[in-house]
Amino acid sequence: MITIENLKVNLGEFLLRDINLDVKPGEYFIILGPTGAGKTVLLEAIAGLHPVLEGKVWVGDSEITRLNPEKREIGIVYQDQALFPHLSVEENIAFGLEMRKCPKDEIKTKVNAMAEIVGISHLLKRSPATLSGGEKQKVALARALVTEPRVLLLDEPLSALDPETRERMQGELREVHRRVKVTIIHVTHDFEEAIALGHRVAVLNDGSIVQVGTPPEFLRQPSSEFVARFALSRNIFSGRVVDTADGYASIDIGGVRVMAITQSSGEVRLSLRPEEILISREPLQSTARNCFPGVVSEVADRGSVIYITVTLPPDFKPPKSAILRGCPDFICIITRQAFDELKLKKGVKVWITFKASAVHVF
Amino acid sequence: MTKLRAWRKPDTMSIVFIVLGAVILLFIFAPPLKTVFSSSPGTLWNTLLEEDVYSSILLTISAALIATLIGLLLGVPLAYLLARHQFRGKKFLEAIIDVPIVIPHSAAGVALLFVFGSNFLCGKVFHNIGIDFFRTFAGVVIAMMFVSVPFLIDSAKEGFKAVDVRLEKVARTLGASPWRSFFRISLPLAWRSIFSGSVLMWARGLSEFGAIVIIAYNASFLGWNTKALPTLVADRFDFGLDYTRPVAALAILISLIAFVALRSIAYRGEKA
Repeated sequence: MITIENLKVNLGEFLLRDINLDVKPGEYFIILGPTGAGKTVLLEAIAGLHPVLEGKVWVGDSEITRLNPEKREIGIVYQDQALFPHLSVEENIAFGLEMRKCPKDEIKTKVNAMAEIVGISHLLKRSPATLSGGEKQKVALARALVTEPRVLLLDEPLSALDPETRERMQGELREVHRRVKVTIIHVTHDFEEAIALGHRVAVLNDGSIVQVGTPPEFLRQPSSEFVARFALSRNIFSGRVVDTADGYASIDIGGVRVMAITQSSGEVRLSLRPEEILISREPLQSTARNCFPGVVSEVADRGSVIYITVTLPPDFKPPKSAILRGCPDFICIITRQAFDELKLKKGVKVWITFKASAVHVF
Repeated sequence: MTKLRAWRKPDTMSIVFIVLGAVILLFIFAPPLKTVFSSSPGTLWNTLLEEDVYSSILLTISAALIATLIGLLLGVPLAYLLARHQFRGKKFLEAIIDVPIVIPHSAAGVALLFVFGSNFLCGKVFHNIGIDFFRTFAGVVIAMMFVSVPFLIDSAKEGFKAVDVRLEKVARTLGASPWRSFFRISLPLAWRSIFSGSVLMWARGLSEFGAIVIIAYNASFLGWNTKALPTLVADRFDFGLDYTRPVAALAILISLIAFVALRSIAYRGEKA
């Protein structure tokens, strides 16, 4: 749907260079990169809002590298939403249709339909200043989508929201994408967001794309130190909720059943910070709901902290009811002192323990 | 709601600053107030009915208005460019815009005559289309415009700067041409600053004396041979303080009333 060839953009301080991307129709494509990597400028270059030094941008079969932004049919939603403060919610959404000289009654129908899709029908008469962060984000989304753009660009759309709203909006973005079937390019610095939403993820670092792949490819074979550092900062598993009781869910992640606190059901992804996992030589007596035996399969010394990878032991028998196969690895962080005290090395049998509340389900 | 405030003995510095501040406030406020109240309302009314005076008031108000309108047409685009673009020599350009504020206004009047006088380049061009500047209404207008337009440009520029450039970018992606994005987004959002800049320009134009004295001490206007109000005040001063006082009082009153009224329009709804 959208193809970017050898794009080069001047960022003032440095260059975005050799940007090559091929985003498929209807795909939810994520560009992941640290703050200051030039993600916003890349989106603006695609939208025609930032000059391009070299390279080409194609949408479908037409080259749009030098086309004015108003002719591109590419929508954009900024992190700070950029709602027109002097217009009501309804007028904000109608803006793009007005520019296209749509008849009045058609505008009204389309605005109402789009407000319905993103769930803001009750807000149409309000002024943007009175809305919450999540509501503003939905208005910005509706405003961009109502003109039926060929590609929708999302610039850190969830970063300005509080954690709870962010999680809900993630779900709503996925839902809106499913209903509207627009091609989305979404930039973020949040690894979990990328893994949760992206069909494919491209990693942008130091002005160029260092890896493109599906989230599982990504986690298994990080192609660079930069991606690896991202991947190491979280344990991320795919799993399925097999049982729920008293607010706890039992999630099968490849033979192991992890207890988590969530209302979700079906296929889920979960993450667990390496520092939330305790390592011991004997099973720990504690209130923590998750305790598994394992074997140290890898030790990565990072100076003051040490990354320990724990694999479930070869003689570990998954419970008969296990749905998924293949034992996941757990990455844990411990201090040098603990490392020495436990006399850890490759092949040592250990137990890992973590609380159900430390498991983040998304 | 009543606010409870703990009473605290003010420190010496605050007391000294309050006293000094009060002196300068009095210095600013007392002379115009004294002038206005030293003439009875009856005297002011009678002065207002003199043909010399009301023709002068009409001339001054309309010349300042026309100067402001031309300033809007020519100054707002420049203000927008300066707010949106970075380029070499921008600081220099911004300094040039403020030149009329720092040079002596009588000298500015002379300088204007050197360009707009009927023997000089611009003057000739305008003369050919029937506009002369020496001792005319048009002369009053350009004198006012020259000395007051920096206030409008500076204020409009700040107004445009305060409009998030992303709003314009979003408007463009939604299908707006640069023109429509400007008129639907940038201009309405910067309007308050542009308007208050216009008020400032207009008020500054009303009170201009130095440049007008050189270009158009007397000016023909709607069949009257009259003078701009500040010039009239100075003119009457030749006949004595008592003679000029009611005119001065009127000039102050008109400027203040106009200024306060327009400012309150500009800031109406600010707190909504």
